[in-house]
Amino acid sequence: MQTRRIRWHIAVFLAPAVLVYTAVMIFPLFNTLRLALFTEVDQTRVYVGLQNFRTLFFDPIWSEQFWNALGNNFWFFLVHMLVQNPIGVALAAILSHPRLRFAALYRSAIFIPTILSFVIVGFAWKLILSPLWGIAPSMLDAVGLKSLFAPWLGKEEYALTTLALVSVWQFVGIPMMLIYAALLSIPEEILEAGEIDGITGASAFWKIKLPLILPSIGIISILTFVGNFNAFDLIYVSQGALAGPDFSTDILGTFMYRTFFGFQLQLGDPHMGSAIAGAMFAIILVGVCIYLFGIQTRMRRYQL
Amino acid sequence: MTRKVLSIALMSTALVTSAYAQEATLTIESWRNDDLTLWQDKIIPAFEAEHPGIKVIFSPSAPAEYNAVLNSKLEAGSAGDLITCRPFDASLALYDGGHLSDLSDLEAMGNFSDVAKSAWQTDDGSASFCVPMASVIHGFIYNKDAFNELGIEVPSTEAEFFAALDKIKEDGTYIPMAMGTNDQWEAATMGYNNIGPNYWKGEEGRQALIRGEQKLTDPQWVAPYATLAKWADYLGDGYEAQTYPDSQNLFTLGRAAIYPAGSWEIAGFNTQADFEMGAFKPPVQNAGDTCYISDHTDIGIGLNAASENQEAARTFLAWVASPEFASIFGNAVPGFFPLSNEPVELEDPLAKEIVGWRDECESTIRSTYQILSRGTPNLENETWGASVAAIKGAETPEALGQQLQDGLATWYAPHQ
Repeated sequence: MQTRRIRWHIAVFLAPAVLVYTAVMIFPLFNTLRLALFTEVDQTRVYVGLQNFRTLFFDPIWSEQFWNALGNNFWFFLVHMLVQNPIGVALAAILSHPRLRFAALYRSAIFIPTILSFVIVGFAWKLILSPLWGIAPSMLDAVGLKSLFAPWLGKEEYALTTLALVSVWQFVGIPMMLIYAALLSIPEEILEAGEIDGITGASAFWKIKLPLILPSIGIISILTFVGNFNAFDLIYVSQGALAGPDFSTDILGTFMYRTFFGFQLQLGDPHMGSAIAGAMFAIILVGVCIYLFGIQTRMRRYQL
Repeated sequence: MTRKVLSIALMSTALVTSAYAQEATLTIESWRNDDLTLWQDKIIPAFEAEHPGIKVIFSPSAPAEYNAVLNSKLEAGSAGDLITCRPFDASLALYDGGHLSDLSDLEAMGNFSDVAKSAWQTDDGSASFCVPMASVIHGFIYNKDAFNELGIEVPSTEAEFFAALDKIKEDGTYIPMAMGTNDQWEAATMGYNNIGPNYWKGEEGRQALIRGEQKLTDPQWVAPYATLAKWADYLGDGYEAQTYPDSQNLFTLGRAAIYPAGSWEIAGFNTQADFEMGAFKPPVQNAGDTCYISDHTDIGIGLNAASENQEAARTFLAWVASPEFASIFGNAVPGFFPLSNEPVELEDPLAKEIVGWRDECESTIRSTYQILSRGTPNLENETWGASVAAIKGAETPEALGQQLQDGLATWYAPHQ
């Protein structure tokens, strides 16, 4: 038997992507994790093992902030899961209705905020909700509900939910688009077969379409999870690095930023910052693994 | 073509360099790129006229990048001869790293008070490494038209202050005070550290706190929070979500009567507001009490230890410490006040009024800036949160003091 020739072209074609990806993603990631194992004493870097993580989880000063940020992050994620994704599915279902007029217009209008910069979204909503110049108080006033208005972004109990809803407003286009695409890919024959069996309208959605788009909903959930636990921009733009009022909007991203780069008189501590980044990485990794091995493998798939 | 242009450029640079070879050329590193024209048109010509042998170049970088840029330049040995100094720990780190020269022996340093020098000294005060350039003063700026209209006298005691606020609130035309808690720092900087020095007796209390003789739970450190708690009634609707620019606009649009201020607002307010403004200092508790003001050191200038032009640079620094520099600088940037002991004649009426407080009151700096914000938790950041919580009434002043004291005690030895 002739020995196989080494297929060099595979390595050559893979090389650019592997090199670039290693240089800008894999190396920085592992270097950050490595940085978390050091600390600075008298302007020299000293190896301290897991000491930074011990400080982060067990020193009350750090752990209180960490758990607060993590809790806020879960709430942020929960609001997205409960509001953004159901609305996204509902919008997609309405848009895919064959007799809806101006569907393309609605589709674009709902999707446009997604491509806006966080800076614009954060600033625009801050102005809309401003108790001084905003249109929210006057609009509520016009319908006689002025008493319902509160300076939401300035109140501990509402600020995080308000920002989560702003984020939902911005990103609801993404689940909508993905589900819309999934709905369009459902063959007409299946629906027609259902109709012959007497399944029409809403029950067609619940009994035929929804099971078929479940894998897409799973993907959306995991995208939402990763996106939310990496979130930073919107909070930073609208509430600043201290994530006020009283850290009520502090999430892992802002906590990491504040620690890593320092803030006002607080000098930056790259080592503790890396430890927080490492914790974020671990949380996201665990979340994604649970989904991949626990949920996705058990999901029932249908051959279309 | 490009190469030709480049070589011409290089040649001309070489020519220029050789023309000044026998003279000293000083380069200044700074973050004040807003002041570039001021330095080029006013300050540097004035200096060069007196010292023909020395040429000065002002080379600023963007404020947000300054610390990082400066550090890498210093490490690489390519930094300018003169270094504009941030106050406290950032500059102290440069001195400890051997990048800044000790200027204690500079004769002109005698032109400055100890408070002025404190921002650029080692903790024991034995070495000074930057010449103080300017400070900002806290107080209250008010709308004179509004005060005349409502017949309110300028308050000097706390009782008068709250009586004035009550009167403005009752009338309803104006929001009594323009401040929000959304950005947090205003509550601490323009609130707590503005009115506080009258309670803790300025330097006396601040130094005692650093030495560990006073605690943040002592009445003089807790009482300002109790006073701040009373402010909430006089701030605009929805002050919880009001940002710093919102407050500035409220005041300059004439919708608010009093603005808890820092003097750096003067230049901006002069161009924005079309009514007459006045200023009053933080009110004292009883008429006749000694008043204390926060006269916060903000900008200084030091000497790069690696500079080849030590002599020329010292000549320049001595000039920066002189009254001549003070008067040029103070008038060009109203609201940034020269720190020298000799009084400077300022032209801007509002700036003049504010700087006049230095003669009537004792000066101090913000309580959290020196030494106390070195550890974790960071006292300055914690004070922001505490001041906001005080105004909102989320916690009692005593609880806030206890919380700050506990945080400080976790890392600061004199308080343990």
